[in-house]
Amino acid sequence: MASVEFQNVSKSFGAFVAVPDISFSIADGEFICLLGPSGCGKTTSLRMIAGLETPSSGRVMIGGRDVTYLHPKDRGISMVFQDYALYPHMNIADNIAYPLKVRGEQEAKRHARAKDVADVLKIGDLLKRLPSQISGGQQQRTSLARALVYPSEVYLFDEPLSNLDAKLRLEARGFLNHLQRDMGMTAVYVTHDQAEAMALATRIAVMDKGRIVQFAPPIEIYRRPATTFVANFVGNPPMNLVPVAASIGEGALHLRAEGLQLAPIAPTDAIAKAAKAGKMTLGVRPEHLRIAGAGDQNVLSGALFANENMGPESLVTLERGDNGRVTARIFTDDEIKVGASVRLAFDARHIALFDETGARIPAADER
Amino acid sequence: MRKRTQNIFVRRTVFAAAATFLGTVFALPLVWFVFAPFNARAELGLAIPSPFTLSNFATVFENTFAMQALLNSLIQAAGGVVLVGGAATLAAYALSRSPIPGKGAVTYILLLFSSVVSGSAAMVPIFLIISAAGLIDTHLAVILVFAGGLLPTAMFILRDFIDAIPRSYEESAMVAGASPLQAFFDVALPVIRPGIVVVVVWAFVNIWGSFLIPFILLRSDKLMPASVAIYSFYSEAGTPIVTLLAAYSLIYSLPVIALYLFVNWKFGFRFFGGIKS
Amino acid sequence: MKTFSLLSTRAGALFLAPAAALVGVFVIIPFFWVIFVSFTNRTLLGRTAVDPDFVGLQNYFALFNPATFFTRGQFGFSLILTIQFVLLSALIGQALLGLLLAWLSQSVTPTLKSFLQTAVIAAWILPEVVIGFAWFAFLDYDNGTLNMILRGLGLPPGDWLLQQPFWVIVFFNTWRGAAFSMMLFNSAFQSIPPSYFQAADVAGATSWQKLRDIALPLIRGHVVTDLILITMWTFNVFTPFLLTHGGPSYRTEILSIYTYRIAFKDFEFGKGAAVGVVIMLINLAFALVYLRLAHKKPVEAE
Repeated sequence: MASVEFQNVSKSFGAFVAVPDISFSIADGEFICLLGPSGCGKTTSLRMIAGLETPSSGRVMIGGRDVTYLHPKDRGISMVFQDYALYPHMNIADNIAYPLKVRGEQEAKRHARAKDVADVLKIGDLLKRLPSQISGGQQQRTSLARALVYPSEVYLFDEPLSNLDAKLRLEARGFLNHLQRDMGMTAVYVTHDQAEAMALATRIAVMDKGRIVQFAPPIEIYRRPATTFVANFVGNPPMNLVPVAASIGEGALHLRAEGLQLAPIAPTDAIAKAAKAGKMTLGVRPEHLRIAGAGDQNVLSGALFANENMGPESLVTLERGDNGRVTARIFTDDEIKVGASVRLAFDARHIALFDETGARIPAADER
Repeated sequence: MRKRTQNIFVRRTVFAAAATFLGTVFALPLVWFVFAPFNARAELGLAIPSPFTLSNFATVFENTFAMQALLNSLIQAAGGVVLVGGAATLAAYALSRSPIPGKGAVTYILLLFSSVVSGSAAMVPIFLIISAAGLIDTHLAVILVFAGGLLPTAMFILRDFIDAIPRSYEESAMVAGASPLQAFFDVALPVIRPGIVVVVVWAFVNIWGSFLIPFILLRSDKLMPASVAIYSFYSEAGTPIVTLLAAYSLIYSLPVIALYLFVNWKFGFRFFGGIKS
Repeated sequence: MKTFSLLSTRAGALFLAPAAALVGVFVIIPFFWVIFVSFTNRTLLGRTAVDPDFVGLQNYFALFNPATFFTRGQFGFSLILTIQFVLLSALIGQALLGLLLAWLSQSVTPTLKSFLQTAVIAAWILPEVVIGFAWFAFLDYDNGTLNMILRGLGLPPGDWLLQQPFWVIVFFNTWRGAAFSMMLFNSAFQSIPPSYFQAADVAGATSWQKLRDIALPLIRGHVVTDLILITMWTFNVFTPFLLTHGGPSYRTEILSIYTYRIAFKDFEFGKGAAVGVVIMLINLAFALVYLRLAHKKPVEAE
């Protein structure tokens, strides 16, 4: 296993700049997710690790070696493609064993190894079939088996679960999580599905327009998103973001918005500095909102827009005039009865504050 | 309401009648062919043979010139097909996968040239080029000229076909350790095979049936393909030997019919009548 | 500094080389050589075979000479004949017939459709020499099938190849090539969602109205493509030679046959090359129109 490093890597396709300048470092044994919307440069970055794209500038290192201009086959990598890339004229055994065939291994040996890997992935009895004769989930596992059949330093995944239906995706995700714990593989995994990233990664790199916006463990991304972009991307439903007018008065931060009732906040230096702009964004996650009682001090109110009973939770959405909507996840066994007007309460410690540029202002208890 | 049903009925009958009429009209000139080869006393007129006999075919098989001509057709068609198939596949793969500058323009220009420089237009220079190369009256000349003429269209068809094959096939092969050539032979070529089959069949049918090129480029009887042989049989002075000709024509047509049925069975109507499926 | 690609530029050039060589020698060079030869008085035999003179536009003047332009057996006559031939057998004949055949195919039983299409396609795929011979037999004055039927119906028979040779080749070429138009229109019709026609049925439209108001407008792009393609092919076709050899008395000598006679019977290569150049120019015009239309297509595909 080895580390992966990008040093000031950029990639342009003609006039289109996919990645302006990226640098990051991945340690041995880390499972990194590149997460972001389509067009954010995550797949391009993955392909530069693989060697399927050559950077316009900068260096790519794997295990301390400069591999920037090396052919994919000399980089010590395995890759699982989004469309699985199973060769339609070869049966499953030959598909899985192909990397070994290319390395000159004997037929008996490589088929034995293919069978071993296939058994682990529960496709051992499909070896004689053709890719067209097995299901999507089985194809996905075949693709994975081909990546695992030979030892690699880094494993690369290009949205491998996106072609599976929801149930299969959960199953496959659980399996990948198990595999990662078992093998301790160094992996880079591209996805646009934030739940996948949260479930699988040791660290997530949230990307937007060719740049890494935040590179941190999942819980950090969730609790302390670096920007409104990250806050909006991770979490389902995403964090509620309320634009507020900010002012410092009587030694405290006052935030005002329609339908917002908020106790003043003790200002730190950072808060005071950001408040000078007069505008901020207040963030609070749906799971941290509850139906307000009489004594609550921090309340968002508005007209009821939707009440979706999902089973274990209800998603209650209110509309604050023309100022957008706020969604709460209310967990209760009782059926929620809400009137035309809704009041949602939250704790001060669940507040995230973002300055006018969208960057998060560190809370009082952070360094 | 009843009138509408009546109308539909009338319309259906009219259509069926029209279809039957047209079908029959189209089949008429060929009906003669169904009977004449099996008629030992066949003439140009339509006649039901009595008895049905295969003696005409026996005569054909004994005629060495006729059989030699069939062999020549086969040599020229097979040679042409090998050349077209091989060169077109390699070229189309390069046009699809290789970052050669201006390759989009190259394909269209090639296609333009090949449709402009038709057999009729280029008779003279083709003859002169082959003469200059000292290749007049050789199989090679015919094969080369056909290859040159058919290649642009073959390349166009195959390039489209290869473009539709996901690059992830070759990419995953290379990640697994294959060199570009290994990836081409192990992974790409087997998937391209159906396209190659189509091009090969199309080229074969074209060369097998073609008349003008061998007519211009060949002199000796012993190199003439069947198309020219048949023509000389019935157009030379005197009455044509109809029995021989009918049977010979049928034999000559068989490969084309067989190939058509084969392509129809494997691919449906899709690839005939144009480039796109 | 090596950029990754599935096939390196060097390997790509190698892969292209065989095809490039063949096409270069047998398509590109002839294009330029025919233009060059057309400016000489080259022949097959005699002094001008080994030592041709450069004669400028003399061959072209000879072709377009107003005094002989319309004389039977000269270039002008052949050109006009060919234009008439293309108009009648391709534009009117093959296209309309193909349209009719495709429309009929949509509306009859599968068996009948099979029968019809098999007959039409057989005419198209059988080798040209075979069908030349088949028509030769078909049109024979004494015993040919056509005259046999006419006599049976009480109509006068005819020595068709001698009396109406031009119409013979027009019908012959229409018969031969209708299959392509039929298949093209077939697939065009099949690409129209059936619900369009069903909605028209509910509204009470007749078959003719459905064809005129729904089908034709939707396949307009295909119609144009078809017309250009078959025009080009018919313009260059040589097959009628197998039936009439351009006769009798040059009455069916379309341009391709005329070129053949000038170059390989009269052995005047220079003049034959000039005709070739004219043919290429006309082909070029067709091809450019076609490419233009092919690029505009996305607008049509509703």
